[in-house]
Amino acid sequence: MDSAPLPPPAGLVRRHRLPVRLWHWLNAALLYVLFTSGLGIFNAHPRLYWGHYGANFDHPWLTLERFGGWITLPAHYNLAMSRHWHLTAAPIFAFALLLYMVWGLIGRHVARDLAFRRGELAPRHVWQDVKDHARLRFPTGPAALRYNVLQKASYVGVIFILLPLAILSGLTLSPGMNAAWPWLVDLFGGRQSARSIHFIAAFSLVAFFLVHIAMVLLAGPVNEIRSMITGRYRVPEARP
Amino acid sequence: MSLILSRRMMLLSAGATLAGCDRLARNETFRETLFSAENFHKWAQRSIMARDALAQEFRPDQISPFFRPNGTANPNTPEYKALWRSGFADWRLQVHGLVDRPLSLSLAQIRTLPHREQITRHDCVEGWSAIGKWRGVRLKTILDAARMKDGARYIVFHCADDMGGGRGYYESIDLTDAFHPQTILAFALNDQPLRVANGAPLRLRVERQLGYKQAKYLMQIEAVASLERIGKGKGGYWEDHAGYDWYAGI
Repeated sequence: MDSAPLPPPAGLVRRHRLPVRLWHWLNAALLYVLFTSGLGIFNAHPRLYWGHYGANFDHPWLTLERFGGWITLPAHYNLAMSRHWHLTAAPIFAFALLLYMVWGLIGRHVARDLAFRRGELAPRHVWQDVKDHARLRFPTGPAALRYNVLQKASYVGVIFILLPLAILSGLTLSPGMNAAWPWLVDLFGGRQSARSIHFIAAFSLVAFFLVHIAMVLLAGPVNEIRSMITGRYRVPEARP
Repeated sequence: MSLILSRRMMLLSAGATLAGCDRLARNETFRETLFSAENFHKWAQRSIMARDALAQEFRPDQISPFFRPNGTANPNTPEYKALWRSGFADWRLQVHGLVDRPLSLSLAQIRTLPHREQITRHDCVEGWSAIGKWRGVRLKTILDAARMKDGARYIVFHCADDMGGGRGYYESIDLTDAFHPQTILAFALNDQPLRVANGAPLRLRVERQLGYKQAKYLMQIEAVASLERIGKGKGGYWEDHAGYDWYAGI
């Protein structure tokens, strides 16, 4: 966002630019489809292994019951349909991330809003931020218009580490991609390792989602959600 | 705002959204869109890979201790049992369709053709993988011997396993995969003659695709111009009966 030290009189400012808002809601829908259809696919063989191979007679590091119909897409077990959903959403999701990264780097969203500022990573500053979060003391005034260091770390971590990890580990499950890009399977140390990492990445995203939702609810859901739909955000007034 | 209430709201809305997705998937146009992602993946993968790009091959010490059989473990039809009792001496592989020289090959004849050995990973659509050492004859060798006609676009594999109602398993691949160096008709797994559970006497290996393409218990190979008249027209048993993608590279 453009630096405006003084909020306008009404306290309503432009907070999120259009590409951020579009990508946010596209992601919300796609990740929802990807996660639920992914669980449907996982249900076909709810065991995870490390290494190149792994089947019923090998040793899994994790064995689960099938996920229930309330959280899988489709609601009844249908591997073919789960795959259709997953493989339709996946390329849209991957190319949207790529576009967003390019826009974020060229359009300076990353440099302006997400890059750590001098001193932000100092232990004292980080500790202060942790304490503020723990006490649910959310920033007010102009400080509310910038991401704090924990927010930056989680957004950067998700955009540049977790989402690419999920996409690349997913691509590694494809035998065609293994022939096209053999380095993929080397990167993850085997197809079954990639499947395990894909699963871990998916649940890490769920963890991010839960914290994200909790923060939105605690920080004022109407104001936060409006800012992600219309872009307009009411700057919280300074505490007395 | 009560967090517990909102959690319940989230669960309810998650359920409602999923039900909405399921309803959406019953809409014919939307269904076609979902099913057409296959075309994108096939196009994208074929675009970035060399025509003969090889699937990864492994060292002998990387072979799975036990190669999991899946699908039909024994065709168990009277015809198959009779072939099995004779040690497959009476079994013949019929090669027909759009070929100038239809063939009828015995197992002994196939074993005398030039072999290829490859230690590759079998990836089931369900998610598991097994590594095994296959020995067999390149499909190209067979198709060249049968002198495939110009109009042929797909190779269809007809199998001995009865999938119900007397209908055998069938699968198909296009010529890019048919002539790929690792596409073989395998008669040995891990230096042993192919066991019944793994597809005796002969099975297809098409290494850049998922397990359901690896047709077992081969009886006939047919060169065709179109898949329209094969089964229900989607090119394979699971494609026709369960909605699996014909292109199983992903």
